[in-house]
Amino acid sequence: MSRTAATSLLALTALVATACSSAGGATGADAGPPKPGGTLRLGISSSPDCVDPQQVGTNASLNVGRQLVDSLTDQDPATGEIKPWLAEKWESNADSTAFTFHLRDGATFSDGSPVDAASVKTSFDAIKALGPKSQLGSGYLAVYKGTTVVDPKTVKIEFSVPSAQFLQASSTMSLGVLAPAAYKKTADQRCQGDGLIGSGPFVFESLKQNQEIVLAKRKGYSWGSSLFKHQGEAYLDKIAYKIVPEPGVRTGSLASAQLDAITDVQPVDEPQFTGNGFTEPTRPNPGVVFNLHANVTKGVLTDEKVRQAVVKGINRPEVTNTVLTPNYKPATSILGSATPFYTDLSPLLAYDPAGATALLESAGWLPGPDGIRTKNGQRLTAKVVFSLVFNQNKSVLELVQQQLRKIGFDLQIEQRTTAESVQITQSGNYEYLWYNTTRADPDILRNLFSTKANNRSKLPAGNPVDAPLDAQSSTVDPAKRKPAAEEAQRAIIEHGYSAPVFELTQVLAHGPNAHGVGFEASSRLQLFDAWVSGS
Amino acid sequence: MTRYLLRRILQAVFVLWAAFTVSFVILYLLPGDAVSAKLGGGEAGLSVTPEQLAAAKAEYGLDDPLPLQYGKRLLAALQGDFGRSIATGDDATNMVVSALPPTLAVTGFALVLAILFGGGIAFAGTLTRHRWLGNLLLALPPLGISLPPFWVGLLLVQFFSFQLRLLPALGSNGFESLILPAITLAIPTGAIIGQVLAKSLRTQLAEPYAEIALAKGASRSRVHFGHLLRNAAVPTLTIAGVVAGNLIAGSVITETVFSRDGLGRVTSSAVTAQDIPVVQAVIVLAALVFVVINLLVDLVYPVLDPRIRHRETTDA
Repeated sequence: MSRTAATSLLALTALVATACSSAGGATGADAGPPKPGGTLRLGISSSPDCVDPQQVGTNASLNVGRQLVDSLTDQDPATGEIKPWLAEKWESNADSTAFTFHLRDGATFSDGSPVDAASVKTSFDAIKALGPKSQLGSGYLAVYKGTTVVDPKTVKIEFSVPSAQFLQASSTMSLGVLAPAAYKKTADQRCQGDGLIGSGPFVFESLKQNQEIVLAKRKGYSWGSSLFKHQGEAYLDKIAYKIVPEPGVRTGSLASAQLDAITDVQPVDEPQFTGNGFTEPTRPNPGVVFNLHANVTKGVLTDEKVRQAVVKGINRPEVTNTVLTPNYKPATSILGSATPFYTDLSPLLAYDPAGATALLESAGWLPGPDGIRTKNGQRLTAKVVFSLVFNQNKSVLELVQQQLRKIGFDLQIEQRTTAESVQITQSGNYEYLWYNTTRADPDILRNLFSTKANNRSKLPAGNPVDAPLDAQSSTVDPAKRKPAAEEAQRAIIEHGYSAPVFELTQVLAHGPNAHGVGFEASSRLQLFDAWVSGS
Repeated sequence: MTRYLLRRILQAVFVLWAAFTVSFVILYLLPGDAVSAKLGGGEAGLSVTPEQLAAAKAEYGLDDPLPLQYGKRLLAALQGDFGRSIATGDDATNMVVSALPPTLAVTGFALVLAILFGGGIAFAGTLTRHRWLGNLLLALPPLGISLPPFWVGLLLVQFFSFQLRLLPALGSNGFESLILPAITLAIPTGAIIGQVLAKSLRTQLAEPYAEIALAKGASRSRVHFGHLLRNAAVPTLTIAGVVAGNLIAGSVITETVFSRDGLGRVTSSAVTAQDIPVVQAVIVLAALVFVVINLLVDLVYPVLDPRIRHRETTDA
């Protein structure tokens, strides 16, 4: 009995092993030309509470929403340039308060209605009306004045103050266009997919919370972005997003071919998919990197030399090499390297414990009995508030804590839930905040540092970043925008308003059957050119 | 008997009300709220102003004075309406009710397995004439209780799904997808049943009536099934409530490991988001299940044990 069981087990294992190797061998070497048809089974880590791209801001939601809607423009992930999509061309006025888009012909929503100027106006007005429910859009349209239908193919979108960032925002799925009929449904209904009528290459099919989301190919689609690798319809018949919260089950399901591709590969699982027929596409997130954002009005952080010492006292390559993997880059600016107008400031962010110590000594911070420096009885200590939005946050901060201890700085780490950290951030009652933010435009710095916006550093008026931040927001001309954005990045680090640490990276893994799963400029999934073989 | 029943039903209603009230109080004691978590979380927090946040809270009725909110929610809950989920926008009652069937399928199957395994081990362990075998079998329940379900689940997936590829690792489609999660849940539950049943069987076995029956020449198995089972069943039934609680709590883990939809997943995400309407709907439903099971158990007692029937009626 036990003998037969053992034999059949062995036979089975052998069978599985051969099945694997032949699958790997057949497609791993040469994928051949893209082939239409089939379903991509994509394992994702969390259930998108809402699938309406105009409302939600999480990657889980945006990775679904991107496939359902087209945007006025698209952004080149390689160069950051804005390219045609629903709009063939556009122009803005001198102070970037008005943008006129000229729409292409022939695009329709999946209910058959045309993508025209009136529908664009309806959609933008509706996003504005959502208020904070449009989690990202409400920021992009914060100073939105209105949209004018110039003629059926031309719309003019206006703002009350200069908004250079809007051009990039027009390329995001958050400002993707929905059909007028969509707004006959409530925002809550659209969240569940009901009335989610876009003009995108895929249409919504079904949603089961905590389980699965299915999208189907839009027949007759022929108005793809100028950045797509092919024109016409998408290759895939269907995309099935399977929600698999447990990382080990995600990787195991991919390895055993129960899934074709997965997102959020954990650093410990990365080596599993190198070579052996699997591929691991990665892309760093643009926007603000993971950083210790200082409140300059609190405790020891009021001392600029202390803040500068913290910037010098962090060994960034050690963080990425030990707690993370080589797929994650050490920060070289407050902005990630994939952000347009990013400036490489690595000399300012080099590990320099001697420099840090010298700064602290010169400011009168002398070593205390336990190694932590003191000055007039005050300990050199600050708290950092964080939540577990990224799994490795805690280990990263523990390592940074050890590194800073070497220069005599005591970093206290304090984990909070998302809801709690929101309250703390809004109240301004913090020393350091730990977070990152994805946005493929340097204007994100204005949101976070300008005295006219969130001002997380609590900077006073007349500080050195306000002027360059205003300057970069008032023109879409790269020749003027670039130097202003550079000046802002440099000032933020030189004054220690923030100590950047590392760039968040999206790590996917493909099985041998999946091809062409790509990233758009904000490092979210673009599945138009994706295809599957052998199914 | 009617008064006994009436008292039990009143107790059940009190438990439901207490579950509702305690969950309400706890959710308000926690710092933060669902609207802040939803609208202010992560990148979204950049654009939401304190005024907008306040307006959004007002829209969900979160700015009313607490007693008023409590009254409104309780009144609506009495009519089965727990409000809309703040996180998903879906009707909270609907979310919970639609998550119920997949959870019931797994827990039901797990309960059957648990009774078979737990009961089987208890009987085999106390029936056998080989002392070593009995000891070995009866050592299994404490082992089963101490195995972390999360680890057991991952181990099962690893072996039966990833290595042997016999069963699916994910989803809630079809009977095949039930097997591994049900086994995971059945191990700790079966262990509890096995342990309690084995202990009461052993106690009963030492009673004079059992010894007399054996002395009269009845076979061990006849004594077990004919005499002991009925008496040993009372303490085992008493833990039915514990077992039910165990199954519901275990579903959070199994549903996460096996990527299933169900009450466990709905609960864990609603608690994380402090989504009050959903949490309350779940808690009241779980309390209802608990209360109904205990009520049924209480009603079965007098049938099994005439002494209870007698005592209750004379006391009352």
